[in-house]
Amino acid sequence: MDGTNTLVQLVIAGLSIGSIYALIALGFNIVFKCTGAMNFAQGEWVMMGGMVTAALFGVFSSVGLAVVTATVLIGAIGLVSERITIWPVRRPDPMTLTLVTVGLAIVSRSLVMIFLGKMPAGYSGFSGTDVISIEGVTVQTQSLWIIAITLLFLVLMHFFFERTVLGKALRAVSADPQAASLVGIPSSQMLMLAFGLAALAGGIAGAIVTPLTLMTYDQGATLGFKGFSAAMLGGIGNLPGAVVGGLLLGLIETFGSFYISSHFKDAISFAVLLLILFMRPAGLFGRVEVVKA
Amino acid sequence: MPDAAIAPAPEGAVPASTAASLGDGLVVRGIHAGYGEMRVLHGVDIEVAAGEAVCLIGANGMGKTTLMRCLAGLLRPYEGTVGFAGRNLTGLSAAARVREGVALVPEGRHVFKPMTVQENLEMGAYKRLWPRRDPKVAADLAHIYEIFPRLKERRTSLAGTLSGGEQQMLAIGRALMSRPRLLLLDEPSMGLAPRVVQEIFAVIRRISAEGLAILLTEQNARMAFRTVSRCYVLSEGQIISEGTSEKLAADPAVKAAYLGI
Ligand SMILES: Nc1ncnc2c1ncn2[C@@H]1O[C@H](COP(=O)(O)OP(=O)(O)O)[C@@H](O)[C@H]1O
Ligand SMILES: [Mg+2]
Repeated sequence: MDGTNTLVQLVIAGLSIGSIYALIALGFNIVFKCTGAMNFAQGEWVMMGGMVTAALFGVFSSVGLAVVTATVLIGAIGLVSERITIWPVRRPDPMTLTLVTVGLAIVSRSLVMIFLGKMPAGYSGFSGTDVISIEGVTVQTQSLWIIAITLLFLVLMHFFFERTVLGKALRAVSADPQAASLVGIPSSQMLMLAFGLAALAGGIAGAIVTPLTLMTYDQGATLGFKGFSAAMLGGIGNLPGAVVGGLLLGLIETFGSFYISSHFKDAISFAVLLLILFMRPAGLFGRVEVVKA
Repeated sequence: MPDAAIAPAPEGAVPASTAASLGDGLVVRGIHAGYGEMRVLHGVDIEVAAGEAVCLIGANGMGKTTLMRCLAGLLRPYEGTVGFAGRNLTGLSAAARVREGVALVPEGRHVFKPMTVQENLEMGAYKRLWPRRDPKVAADLAHIYEIFPRLKERRTSLAGTLSGGEQQMLAIGRALMSRPRLLLLDEPSMGLAPRVVQEIFAVIRRISAEGLAILLTEQNARMAFRTVSRCYVLSEGQIISEGTSEKLAADPAVKAAYLGI
């Protein structure tokens, strides 16, 4: 029975950290699909989600309010970042944009360091109690919150992309930017929207994971790297793939650090990424697009 | 006509008022365009009156697509103006030109392959759905499905799974969903079987009869002559001949070059 309990605990822990990776990977993919660029600022938005929530928590003294405000704020930062860094680049080829996001990441990190400091930030989870025990299985309540909030976010994103005019327009831009402009979809506004959504996904991930892990100004790159690995695992640009890739990576990492050593936690993600790059560059679910001449 | 091909540079600075004086149609003046060092069009003048159907005939590589891209706002010409319905469109983006009533069915169709047929048509009406929803969009969708019953049958299929002919119909339907007053069609027959080309042109004739102005390009003039009233012949970036379909069809030089006789 003990073995089963451990297993259940590991699965829940793996799924919750995996949810975070899924959100980050989703952000990567949204920008990738619209621009073909790798957005190096994605991880910084996650870091900002945690740091800004911590700062706001000091003001509001309500975790829920701080998380919601911070997430919206990071989304807005995504919109503004696009306007001041990507938009001025008139001929956005993927390589140039990728380089621009590297700069954006460095500037974002420095600004956070200057204004919010170098100290690790943290705050309590959504529930008063940190852990609950059900039938001998001990679970951190924040892990359950993370899984639930991620699920809700994914459902809303799905609704947005499948049912709303703006969501469909974003898909149209990623399918064929030139045809999109021919039907009157302003590609530059769509790009801004994509950055806003990616930042929103990153911001919420950072805001809900910080109670478990703490956050410092320099953690963005690592988080971004995990999200990138998850995106590669699920197939870059594949939105449902990002979710599966994130959850898988979270599970692999959690089981690996439990059964091998927690020192290897980050090394495991790196190994997974290398394996994918060597064996299935298109990701586990990468397939040829449905296309006819 | 050939004189117009060597339009002097000041022609490029035609003020909006000139375009305005030319009524409800399309007025293209002195277009010089190309790709960087690669100059393709050397002063093209064409006109399409409101409700008129016109064809631009030219062999492969003569600059038909380049001109269409200039008209739709995908390519900025070095010189020249594009006026439509009394408005100067020259500086407008492709997206803005849709609002002015100009829609292009691009060469190679360019449907949104990972989206369904119906989503493709909805996107054609993007400007009428966002930010404000035009209640007439639903009726227009029904109208498109009436023109193309095949699209209705396949409305939940991904556009990428359609045959070439169906994709061409979808591209035309999508352009019509913006309620254009001028429809530009760049080689609508490209890569399609003769029977499908017949079908496509039957639809173009129907749309034309409903009063929409049409400018289409073709390499082979045979089908175009039965659809449009007037043609231009484009060769090496210049208009070398212009006239009614009957006149051009009787021209031995045109016959040899563009009717494959
Ligand atoms: N993107 C491009 N870059 C450089 N040259 C181009 C490009 N597109 C077309 N061309 C050249 O411009 C000329 C005209 O092409 P195009 O307008 O496509 O002709 P058509 O549509 O009549 O076949 C051709 O010589 C072609 O090689
Ligand atoms: Mg062409």
